[in-house]
Amino acid sequence: MINLEIPKKFRPLASQANQVATEVFRPISRKYDEAEHSYPKELDMLASLIDGMNEGSDIGGAGAAGVRREANGSDPGENRNGSNLSTVLGIIELCWGDVGLLLSMPRQGLGNSAIASVATEEQLERYGGRWAAMAITEPEAGSDSAAIRTTAELDGDEYVLNGEKIFVTSGDRADLIVVWATLDRSKGRAAIKSFIVERDNPGLKLDRLEHKLGIRASDTANFTLQDCRVPKEALLGDPEVKEKGFAGVMETFDNTRPLVAAMAVGVTRAALEETRKHLAEAGVEVDYSIPALSQHAAAARFLAMEADYEAARLLTLQAAWMADNSKPNSLQASMAKAKAGRTCVDVTLGCVELCGAVGYGENELLEKWARDSKILDIFEGTQQIQLLIVARQLLGKSSSELR
Amino acid sequence: MTTTTDGDKTVAERSMGVGLRALNWLAGSDLLDRIRIRKGVERALFQGTKSGFRTATVAGRTFKAAQQLGKPARQARGRSRGLFDLSPDDEQQMFQEAGRAFAEAEIRPAALEADASRSTPPELLGQATELGINMLGVPEELGGVMQEQAAVTTVLIAEALAHGDMGIAYAALAPGAVATAIGVWGSAEQEATYLPAFTGEDVPAAALAILEPRPLFDPLALETTARRDGEDWVLDGAKSLIARPQECELFLVAAEAEGVGPALFVVESGTQGLSIEDEPAMGLRPAATGRLLIEGARLPGTALLGEGHRQDYLECIDRARIAWCALAVGTSQAVLDYVIPYVNERQAFGEPVSNRQGVAFAVSDIGIETDGMRLATYRAASRADTGEDFRREAAIARRLCAEKGMRIGSDGVQLLGGHGFVKEHPVERWYRDLRAAGVMEGGLLA
Repeated sequence: MINLEIPKKFRPLASQANQVATEVFRPISRKYDEAEHSYPKELDMLASLIDGMNEGSDIGGAGAAGVRREANGSDPGENRNGSNLSTVLGIIELCWGDVGLLLSMPRQGLGNSAIASVATEEQLERYGGRWAAMAITEPEAGSDSAAIRTTAELDGDEYVLNGEKIFVTSGDRADLIVVWATLDRSKGRAAIKSFIVERDNPGLKLDRLEHKLGIRASDTANFTLQDCRVPKEALLGDPEVKEKGFAGVMETFDNTRPLVAAMAVGVTRAALEETRKHLAEAGVEVDYSIPALSQHAAAARFLAMEADYEAARLLTLQAAWMADNSKPNSLQASMAKAKAGRTCVDVTLGCVELCGAVGYGENELLEKWARDSKILDIFEGTQQIQLLIVARQLLGKSSSELR
Repeated sequence: MTTTTDGDKTVAERSMGVGLRALNWLAGSDLLDRIRIRKGVERALFQGTKSGFRTATVAGRTFKAAQQLGKPARQARGRSRGLFDLSPDDEQQMFQEAGRAFAEAEIRPAALEADASRSTPPELLGQATELGINMLGVPEELGGVMQEQAAVTTVLIAEALAHGDMGIAYAALAPGAVATAIGVWGSAEQEATYLPAFTGEDVPAAALAILEPRPLFDPLALETTARRDGEDWVLDGAKSLIARPQECELFLVAAEAEGVGPALFVVESGTQGLSIEDEPAMGLRPAATGRLLIEGARLPGTALLGEGHRQDYLECIDRARIAWCALAVGTSQAVLDYVIPYVNERQAFGEPVSNRQGVAFAVSDIGIETDGMRLATYRAASRADTGEDFRREAAIARRLCAEKGMRIGSDGVQLLGGHGFVKEHPVERWYRDLRAAGVMEGGLLA
């Protein structure tokens, strides 16, 4: 039966996450935006709480608990609302608080998601419970992750990694870095594998921390890997070089795109709620019965932005719901990420415009959200990459036909 | 999704035997027994088979109250099982599949001619009636087939029909809006007087007349007025873009009622003071749109729909907007389904034009926005069914469908270039039709 309301069973989770956002994130939001590169130690205590939230399998997760598709024990025709949906809901609430702080949450990195999604039981045991960042991007390889130049050579029982990695979120703070490297550059994407590198590995050198437009609470590190040796067992997944291997790596993104979409939905909602208050103080309130064009221009603009927000939110919930019900959702995940990413940028910037000097000034968080939002339309696949994925699926085209 | 398939065939295909088409659309479905609605649907079918051509007169029929209930009969509110769910239930899926099959087999092939001639073939309207679309809002006690409120079901059918053609869908669904309004808000007497006709063998053309011919129309600031005169009401005003007004036997007219505020009035076509004026428009042409002019039309005191609650009127406005969203979603999906093979086959510079990002990304955006419109529309409709407030959700769906729907209509033509501008392809028709979603008020009801 068609129902697009949030189920009651997730309300405690959402309200818990909202409390964290209100009581922990918001009060320190501006502080860590200003003090870039200083570690938000307030998060340590919180991290243990989140670990607890991730424990339960069905109602769990405010972050990167991983998105393993486990065999669904119940009746295959039965509707399920599981961890994908609850994770998305948790992230929306937390990012309503502060997206930079969410990205800085210990043990909630993208690397954790990768490990949780594809690691063997042995690797789970060895690396589980530790904070893992993800290192994919290189100076010459951004969206085109198949063009990675970092190499991994087998030398006895160890792989030797060489190359340069940039834009590693929480790279300096994490315990582990999941590094993407190629076993053989002549073999293209089939040879790309991910390796778990300990942060204190002497072959891993921190070059610098970036100064950024937004999400300044979250550290973004650049590394050089110089004869960085890792044990053979540090390779995540299947060591064989075969075409499907890269698909496996990319599957991580199928699973994490709805999570980034959820971040964008959270930030968008924050900006809309704040703007609604400011507009009301200025005497403008949206009326949902009167046609938009017969209302104040600001109200009409607000309604248009709220409509885009709702479309982005529902597309995100759809992608998560499909994952919970073992329906292939690569198309819907990209649709959600594309819509939520661009909506977040448009709405946060629109809210600053509507609120004028109040929105633009640092006394309020609106200008910060309008800076934070931009990355959400870039990382985990830019707007353009999402449109490519969506187009290829709709048009039935390969990546060589539609580049 | 696969629970209702039998072999490779859908519910609708299985029952669409040679020559029977939509008439026999339900008979073969085991779903009917599983969900225990066979009796009611069989009754609808039986009455459907007996219906023939009808030559309506402007004078219209005499509506007389049959067995009148002490209090108005109402469909129950749906009870959500509480979980987020995008799968239609068995009953909804059955209607949806039947609507899709009918739209593909009958509506789409008739669309070009219906657009040119500004008329929908009566056989087509008859077949659409046999789908049960005019009685979805009629309570069971009065001959309806649905136990619970059916806004989502109506949305799914409307979306499916509009995938065939928006104008034909408007023509076909318009009478059902009047039946639903009376079934949801009407008094016991109004239900007893008018609803049997909508479940009988000869469903009257009828129209929910709200829109007025002026810029910046606001359904809460009506220029049509209803003045008290003793026990009677006297109506004056004009209503726009009504489907098949020449054939309508019954109107629900929105007017600013003295001492009441904006409200709906039941107006039979034989009432003195009514006249019809042709109003051809940019699109929706198969619905033969026209104006209803009302000059001093005297109505009995009982003509006020229900008790004239403002809340009912507001809800009516919202449900109409949701229904237009459903049409916009169906037509937007039609655009997407049409442009995909076109841009894949059309060659330029030595390869399919869809190999270019400028073209491919436009297709992506059509897909993304159509899906967003659909989800927002479903959400508003499902909240209406379960009795939750849905004003905000309806406004959001309308905003999306007005803006993105029109963009999709425009891109549909753009992607075909000059070929999109000529009648050889349906995209120019969809361009004209999609403008309606942001303009229409009333006319349909979810």
